[in-house]
Amino acid sequence: MSDRRLESRQGELLAVAEGLVSEALPGEQLEVACSEGVSTSVRVYGGEVESFTSAQSQGVGVRVIVDGREGFASAGSLDSDIAASALAEARDNARFSEPDEFAGVADDDGVDAVDIDLWNDEVLEMPTEDKIAMAIELERAVTSNDSRISGVRTASFGDSAASFVLASTSGVRAASRATSASIGVQALADDTDGRTQTGSAYDAARSPRTLDVNDVAQRAVSEAVDLLGASKPPSGTVQLVLTPRLAATIFAMISGTLTGDRIMKKRSPFVGRIGERIGSDLVTLFDDPTNAASLGADSHDGEGLACRRNNLTTAGVLDGFLYDAYNGRKAGTGSTGSAVRGTRGLPGPGVQALHVSPGASGSVDDLIASVDFGVLVFSLAGLHSGVNPVSGDFSVGVEGRMIRNGALAEPIAECTIGSTLQRLLLGVTSVGSDVEHLPSGVSTPGVVISDVMMSGSS
Amino acid sequence: MPGRDVWVLSEYLFRVIETRVLERVLGAGLAGGADFSEVFAEDVQRTGVNLDDGRIENLSSSRDRGAGVRVIVGETTGFAHTADLSEAGLMAAAKAAAAAASSGGGGERTVSLESTGSTPATVEVRPEAVGKETKVSTLRRADAIARSFDDKITQVSARYGDNRRRILVANSDGLLAEDDQTRTNAAVSCVATGDAGQQTGYESAGLTVGFELFDRHDIEEMARAAADRAITKLNARPAPSGTLPVVIGPGSGGVLFHEACGHGLEADLVKKGASAFRDRIGEQVASELVTLIDDGTMAEEWGHFAIDDEGNPASANVLIENGILIDYLWDQNRARQAGRSSTGNGRRQSYRHLPMVRMTNTYLRGGASDPTDIIAGVDHGVYVARLGGGQVNTASGDFVFGMTEAYLIENGKLGAPLREGQLIGNGPKVLQMIDAVGNDFEMGPPGTCGKDGQGVPVGDGVPTLRVTELTIGGTAA
Repeated sequence: MSDRRLESRQGELLAVAEGLVSEALPGEQLEVACSEGVSTSVRVYGGEVESFTSAQSQGVGVRVIVDGREGFASAGSLDSDIAASALAEARDNARFSEPDEFAGVADDDGVDAVDIDLWNDEVLEMPTEDKIAMAIELERAVTSNDSRISGVRTASFGDSAASFVLASTSGVRAASRATSASIGVQALADDTDGRTQTGSAYDAARSPRTLDVNDVAQRAVSEAVDLLGASKPPSGTVQLVLTPRLAATIFAMISGTLTGDRIMKKRSPFVGRIGERIGSDLVTLFDDPTNAASLGADSHDGEGLACRRNNLTTAGVLDGFLYDAYNGRKAGTGSTGSAVRGTRGLPGPGVQALHVSPGASGSVDDLIASVDFGVLVFSLAGLHSGVNPVSGDFSVGVEGRMIRNGALAEPIAECTIGSTLQRLLLGVTSVGSDVEHLPSGVSTPGVVISDVMMSGSS
Repeated sequence: MPGRDVWVLSEYLFRVIETRVLERVLGAGLAGGADFSEVFAEDVQRTGVNLDDGRIENLSSSRDRGAGVRVIVGETTGFAHTADLSEAGLMAAAKAAAAAASSGGGGERTVSLESTGSTPATVEVRPEAVGKETKVSTLRRADAIARSFDDKITQVSARYGDNRRRILVANSDGLLAEDDQTRTNAAVSCVATGDAGQQTGYESAGLTVGFELFDRHDIEEMARAAADRAITKLNARPAPSGTLPVVIGPGSGGVLFHEACGHGLEADLVKKGASAFRDRIGEQVASELVTLIDDGTMAEEWGHFAIDDEGNPASANVLIENGILIDYLWDQNRARQAGRSSTGNGRRQSYRHLPMVRMTNTYLRGGASDPTDIIAGVDHGVYVARLGGGQVNTASGDFVFGMTEAYLIENGKLGAPLREGQLIGNGPKVLQMIDAVGNDFEMGPPGTCGKDGQGVPVGDGVPTLRVTELTIGGTAA
């Protein structure tokens, strides 16, 4: 599909959204989001294609606010009769919700959107055979890399190209489009005792041509074979060394408690603590979707306002929270341009492109060398069941390697690490120098977190 | 039609898509020399109500209709989906799927469909016939009851959801089957604030039924249960860290088996060598007290259906009997490759997804022990009254699950409440370490099981049971 054709499709999407918005009744606020995309996904196994999926999708989400009452409806089609019934359904829903003086669509706040290019034609131009070849090459690179690899659960390639537009009765108009491509693999390595270890790796980019097959294969292989012989360690207090990937997971979880809905409803351990120290002085966090290098970059938020940089902590002191229009009005700060949503759901405040400022502690190898007694974390398990974002309680399964006197030691599994989100932030004792832009949209270096309880054998 | 859903669902999908159109589409799927072609059409309508911070924040509705066409050549599957259910739309999807799986063969193939007589679950009170004001007032009652439970309850949220999912499956073996699935669920979540910070309590219910869900589960009792859990945890102490005997309470403890062995018994993972239970049929894989069953036929349960998403009837499958591994779970594709029949466990999140092997309602058969005796047999350990979600690495067998309500056991009696924490164990080892199974079987709350990015509704249940040793991921030394 040529560039021009997709641009004209974006015009058609905006026309659908504006057409619905023009049907607003007096006293009615209306916001319409439309999306359209194409995607492919390839899974290979044993050198053959296991499945190839080719998909086209559409969506429309309609939000109506009348007298402070909000209703929403969505549908998986842009056909005019279906979009029209979504509007009728959203209107009907609004009648049954309860009024709130702060409810309403976002008002343009005069911040200019960055001109940011998140589109790469190569996603649409890449021949199917090349996508399949990339997934097969990934699988081959894993199985041929190390004789201890016993198999690959799945090697996959995926890509997508999608457009999103939004129009509302406040005059907000936004249109953005983005491409992405990714590869992922899970390697299996058999231990002498019959136990199977796994190593997973993943890469994502705007263009398939910049994906690094060999790097992904190498990471999956290392993780699996480095766990061979893993056993349950004794319980005790350890320092954690987190690579950028694992640091991204932890900081994304913590920054999720700094969003306006959690703050306004007092469901965060950090309510009312602006200006106070919540992290060690090495912790500087900010959300910045305007950085095109981030895979979470975007020009507009989910309510059509310009994305912008928002500071969360500076040298450990809490600067502020992330707001959408509703929570920003309620808080008196206004939106920070931080609404996130798809067409299937209502907007709400969220982190889009978290950044952790680099420190001066060097590479991950330098971080390992600085630790006397600790764990290099390979993977965390049970993040959805083991982290409570209200109380901050934190307890998750961990696999990795022990670190003794600055050197990697025996592999460990079947153990957990426990703390609270509050203590993890205060416990950051080193921050690495090299920032990685990760597939999750987080940009961070590696870090060391001290004073974490590890539970294993008693 | 005040308060009723504006969207009037189409009649059964087979009246939308004519049988002769399906036959032509399936034939087009086979035209490249494929072994198998399939059309899966789906029409889903959902409504949801959210109450938070003392206010009905919003009502939402969604409607999603479309079809996925699957074409299989050897071990390669081509798949394409479309929201366009016209013959042209379906034909385009069939051609895209066939091209993706192309074998270079050819020739005209014809398909003749014959409808199978599946019986969808009966629904007493259709949710779409219940006024929105009734759904709203149900949540308001939950809010009022939870707030009046204790002054320390500082925040309450509640949500209601219903969905009606109609599916049609037609394939080149001549199968034509349909189902009409209605699920309704509700949940209440409370925050209690005390001197030492905030704690949360949660209660949920969900069944494959209509609005009669609230005849089975009283919303006011749910609100009290959620509030009570949050209040109890205000006095909780950090959970111990290390290895201890653990007694799992009835109902929600089913997640233990879902993670410890359920996923590892899925034939797709077994075949790829990614299961700790591969090559173990006929072996003693668990304590003799363990009989584990996956049963999609359990009426009203969250994982119930008449046909799976490949058109095969739901069935009850004994996976482990008195500790012996009897069978894995199978979908049609894996069963075909193995030369056997499906166990009715081929499921998909939506028409946009390929089916794969999934659990339905997975439960441990009740035993003979009195639950009080099971607890009394522990000197120092942990009683987990309520489990949250979990996760498993099927290859190593290591799994975790969260305890959302737990107590110390001291000298055979329940003691102080514990803060949240994760338990970790190894599935094959833990199954051997079950030394007591109670006579108080219950199904647990509804779950959404995630696998390779697809979520499907599942149920599970257990009686009280004891594991001689699990690692508890607390922070107390």
